Amino acid sequence: MAWTREEMAHRAAQELENGYYVNLGIGIPTLVANFIPEGIDVTLQSENGMLGMGPFPYEGEADPDLINAGKQTITELNRTSYFSSADSFAMIRGGHIDLSILGAMQVSQQGDLANWMIPGKMVKGMGGAMDLVAGVKKVVVIMDHNARDGSAKFLRECSLPLTGVKVVDMIISDVGVFLIKDEGATLIELAPDVTIEEVKVKTEANFKIDKHLLA
Amino acid sequence: MSKVYQNATVALEGVLFDGMTIMAGGFGLCGIPENLIVALRDSGTKNITAISNNAGIDDFGLGVLLQTRQIKKMVSSYVGENKEFERQYLAEELELEFNPQGTLAERIRAGGAGIPGFYTKTGVGTLVAEGKEQKDFDGETYILETCLKADVSLVKAWKADKEGNLVFRKTARNFNPMMATAGAVTVVEVEELVEIGELDPDQIHTPGIFVQRIIVSKDLEKRIEQLTTRQKNKEGN
Repeated sequence: MAWTREEMAHRAAQELENGYYVNLGIGIPTLVANFIPEGIDVTLQSENGMLGMGPFPYEGEADPDLINAGKQTITELNRTSYFSSADSFAMIRGGHIDLSILGAMQVSQQGDLANWMIPGKMVKGMGGAMDLVAGVKKVVVIMDHNARDGSAKFLRECSLPLTGVKVVDMIISDVGVFLIKDEGATLIELAPDVTIEEVKVKTEANFKIDKHLLA
Repeated sequence: MSKVYQNATVALEGVLFDGMTIMAGGFGLCGIPENLIVALRDSGTKNITAISNNAGIDDFGLGVLLQTRQIKKMVSSYVGENKEFERQYLAEELELEFNPQGTLAERIRAGGAGIPGFYTKTGVGTLVAEGKEQKDFDGETYILETCLKADVSLVKAWKADKEGNLVFRKTARNFNPMMATAGAVTVVEVEELVEIGELDPDQIHTPGIFVQRIIVSKDLEKRIEQLTTRQKNKEGN
C-alpha cells in the first residue's frame, strides 16, 4: 500500500539529526514537525524571520504578529529568536541551515526542481524556495509520485520553469524513497506492498535500484 | 523639526506623485502599514510601482490598491493569496517582477546600504537568471542582482520614540527594517510612540536616521490570514 501524507512526513522525519536547523515548506512538509523522533532535538526556522518555531497556539491565544511562512499562527519557544528577512536569508543562502524539506510539481533525474509556476495558469511565485534550494546543505522533496491526472512527476527533464538546477538530494513519494547524486537517481526504499515494477510504470526518470531491494 | 505627524494622510502630504516607486513592509498581512496603505489609496496616486513581498489579499493590505488600479507594477516573491492580482496579471493589466524572497530582501538591504549590486547563487539556471550577468567564484556560478530603492517606504513598527528609533515585534519585523533604509522618504506607523530616552538604546532595531516621518496607527485591524490553533485538553506538540 502506498504511503499516506502522514506516512511520507513520518519517513521524512527520519532524515532529521540531532542539532539540525531545519526549514519546512508549506503543505505536507509542515507535517514533519509532528513526527520528530524521540531524543532528536531540532530547531525549526521559518523564513519570514524566526528561529525556534513552536506549536500552534491554544484557542484564543493566537498573536497576529506571530506567524510562520505559511501565514499560520504559531508560538515561540524559550530558545526563539526573531530577525529581519535579510538576516533570515543570510542563514538560508549562507549555508547555515542543515535541511530543507519542500514540495514539488516536478523533479528531474539529475535533481532539478520545479515547484513555483505553471506558465499561463498559475502565478503564485517562488517565495523563498529558490534561496532554500540554492543555500541549504541538504534538500528533501516530499511529493505525490504522480499528478492528479496520473502523469509522472519524477522525470528525465522538468518541463515546468525550474526552481533550481541539481539541487534535490532525496525524494520521498507515496511509492518510496529515491536518492539523487551526481551519478544519478537510485530507488532505495519501497512503501509496503509497492513493487519495483509499479514504480517503473509510474516514473519517467531513469533510476537504479538499490541492491537490497533486489535481494 | 518634529518627525511626528498627526495621521497617515498628513504624513504622506508632499511626497506622493504619479509613477512613483513605493516599498511596503510586511509578510502576508503580518507587519503591514495598514493606515499608510489606506492613506495612499485615498490620495489617488496612480501608476505606482510597489515593492512588497506579497500583494495582500483581495480586500486588505496592498490588495486595496490593486482593486482601485493604482498599481502599475509589483515586485514581489509570492502573490498566491490574491485572486484579483492573478486575474489582473493573466489579463496583462498588471506588470509583475518575481524575485526570490532572499534576493528581494538583499536587493532592498543593498539599496539602503549604498551597494548597487551583488552576486548570488539563488536562481542560477532558472528564469530569474535570464538577462543577468553571470560570474564564477571558486568554481561556482553566481548571478548579478541590482539594488532596489524607493521614493517612499511605508513601514510598520511596534514602538518608536520621537527620534524615529524603531522596535519591531516578533515576525512582524520581516522586510520592514531593510525598507526603512531604502526609502528616500521613510514613513513609519507604530502602535506606541514614546518619548526620547524611553527606549533602551541596546534594544533598538532600526536607528532613527532612517526614519523621516512617524504616525501612531489608528484602528489597527491586524487581520490573521490562517488562524491555526490547538485545543488545550488535547495536550501535544
